Amino acid sequence: MKALIAMSGGVDSALAAKFMLDQGYDCIGCTMKLYQNEDAGISRSRTCCSLEDVEDARSVAYKLGIPYYVFNFTDAFYDLVIRKFVESYQNGITPNPCIDCNRYMKFDKLYMRARILGCDYLVTGHYARIEKQGGKFLLKKAVDETKDQSYVLYSMTQEQLAHTKFPLGNLRKAEVRQIAKQNGFVNADKPDSQDICFVPNGDYGSMIRLYAKDAQTTGNFVDKQGNILGQHSDIIRYTIGQRRGLGISASEPLYVCGISPQSGNIVLGRECDLFCKEAEIADFNWISGDVPRNGFSCKAKIRYRQQEQPAHVTPIGNSRVRIAFEKPQRAITPGQAAVLYDGDIVLGGGTILSSGA
Amino acid sequence: MQIYLDNAATTKMSAAAIEAMLPYMDTVYGNPSSLHSAGQVAAEALTDARQRIAACIGASPKEITFTSGGSESDNQAILSAARLGERRGKKHIISTAFEHHAVLHTLAKLEKEGFEITLLDVHENGIVLSQQVAEAIRDDTCLVTVMYANNEIGTIQPIKEIGAVCREKGILFHTDAVQAAGHLHIDVQEQNIDLLSLSAHKFHGPKGIGVLYARKGIPLTNVIEGGAQERGKRAGTENIPAIMGMAAALEEACTHIDANAKKLTVLRDKLIEGLSQISHSVLNGDAKQRLPGNVNFCFEGIEGESLLLLLDDKGICASSGSACTSGSLDPSHVLLAIGRVHDIAHGSLRLSLSEETTNEEIEYTIKAVAEVVEYLRSMSPIWRDLISGKKEFVIK
Repeated sequence: MKALIAMSGGVDSALAAKFMLDQGYDCIGCTMKLYQNEDAGISRSRTCCSLEDVEDARSVAYKLGIPYYVFNFTDAFYDLVIRKFVESYQNGITPNPCIDCNRYMKFDKLYMRARILGCDYLVTGHYARIEKQGGKFLLKKAVDETKDQSYVLYSMTQEQLAHTKFPLGNLRKAEVRQIAKQNGFVNADKPDSQDICFVPNGDYGSMIRLYAKDAQTTGNFVDKQGNILGQHSDIIRYTIGQRRGLGISASEPLYVCGISPQSGNIVLGRECDLFCKEAEIADFNWISGDVPRNGFSCKAKIRYRQQEQPAHVTPIGNSRVRIAFEKPQRAITPGQAAVLYDGDIVLGGGTILSSGA
Repeated sequence: MQIYLDNAATTKMSAAAIEAMLPYMDTVYGNPSSLHSAGQVAAEALTDARQRIAACIGASPKEITFTSGGSESDNQAILSAARLGERRGKKHIISTAFEHHAVLHTLAKLEKEGFEITLLDVHENGIVLSQQVAEAIRDDTCLVTVMYANNEIGTIQPIKEIGAVCREKGILFHTDAVQAAGHLHIDVQEQNIDLLSLSAHKFHGPKGIGVLYARKGIPLTNVIEGGAQERGKRAGTENIPAIMGMAAALEEACTHIDANAKKLTVLRDKLIEGLSQISHSVLNGDAKQRLPGNVNFCFEGIEGESLLLLLDDKGICASSGSACTSGSLDPSHVLLAIGRVHDIAHGSLRLSLSEETTNEEIEYTIKAVAEVVEYLRSMSPIWRDLISGKKEFVIK
């Protein structure tokens, strides 16, 4: 059996490769080159897929004695991830590019490469589990809840799950680092990647301005009644729920409650204005491939680092879902992902279109 | 088994080059700038190498400056000509759209400084005409820089004619001859060349060493400052072993240049003929006016990178364009310059032959490429759209 290991240069994917080798797989290592470091102004290594990371990944592959390739997906990454990221912010939406990268890069472009190379499996260092039950593949949370990445994998299909392995899903991060150290991996103590890989220091505003050539969208801060509270310099610099950096003095703290790209208005309100119970989700993927006929209760998550919340879910057609939370949720943000869980099992997920009530 | 068909990226060193280098690592290891006898022996070797290299390109020894390779030579040649022009108020440079990045990026830097750059069209066959150069020349033109042969598609430029146009107008002419040196005849006098770059590892010499030829009387601007080596124009202790290896490799290549070209042309044309049999494929660059060892094809409906992967699996080392997998953007600026659309430029394959390439290797390669292209097309959603008529073929 043959496996293509997606290696980011970090400790997780290095160990994933080792586990597959130990299980007797014929392994090929690879790293996706997704952008020009110089383009993003990146000269340091706290992100994945930089040139230094390529060197680390290559050295791990060499140590493991497996062939290693760098795939240049720069063009596709720009078309399918960066462009959408930029356009979303310009349209007042807050995207999650990591989800797009998994969907369009790892489990499409790279998955295709695995097939071309005759590999039975694509292997990544994600913290999540895949299990087969009654002819269907289940996507499940990682054993290490603090590292669980199932949220960013909701777009996976049955076919992809059938040909993917997450060898770290049953391990804790501390164990991973320990095993890596025991095996003398150069990257055993490398810090976990932070931020969005192509946005150094989290300064996404500057990054968007680098790519988007058109003029800044200036406009007004307004209250819920439409009264002008002040001016802002660029709508891309704001996201729902934001409090810092508004530069407006008021008797009580103000938060971004809405963004209107047409008028350029940013609606400010009190924290309690951020809470609502309903969300409409588009582009929804049901992991099982079967769309439920009726509404049901489960748990849902509207951002990566959130506890799942009890909710009632109503499917609308094949790819839309309405979620009614039991309790009001803070800052349900268009563009972010909503993911549904039944215990450990990911039922599916999609992109938040709007919130209400 | 390994079939190495990436000689445009780099070559295997020849036995003569290796042998020429060895004594300069352990026996004659002196610094040529030293006063003592150990240094003087090294200095003597340096003089000898300079003479032999000059002779290979019709230059005189004083016109030869040793550099770290083609990129440094290109940088220094262009910057020198630009500084000369600047002093006379001339800040216009003519080049082509498909030069090596060592040239294009240097020009881009000058553009930021206020130079105007004209990049000439290279047409679908990948050849610029001397007429275009003549028409682009202005009163404030200070330099024309056109490569001798393209590094991706191998097309040979009419540099003698371009040189004549420049000479007549009194404008400096630089040629990046990195792909040509050792494979095509160079005579800087007959070809009207003022500045020329070459790199040893493209003709079976060592890596990290090259030459900048500058016609007598053209003052060079330093790129590397320091000691007085190379008449003060390129600081740093001379890399004597590499220089000796380069001299031996260039002499050997020039001695056999016609015989090698003849042999390679036969293999090249056989390879072109064989790959042309693959449907919806196209040769990039002129079929005849090209380096004897260069073959470059586009295959519709596939990605060049997947093609390289599977060829590697079959033991064939090839490339999709320039050598920098991790450092360069797809698709190639060269293929875009000859009018290939984005999608097609992605499915390119460069095979560059050497004197050691055999007929059997060419036959194996033709078969392997055909198999791999067919396999990749069978898995390609783009190909499915093409054959079902949902999308139109670009390559008929």
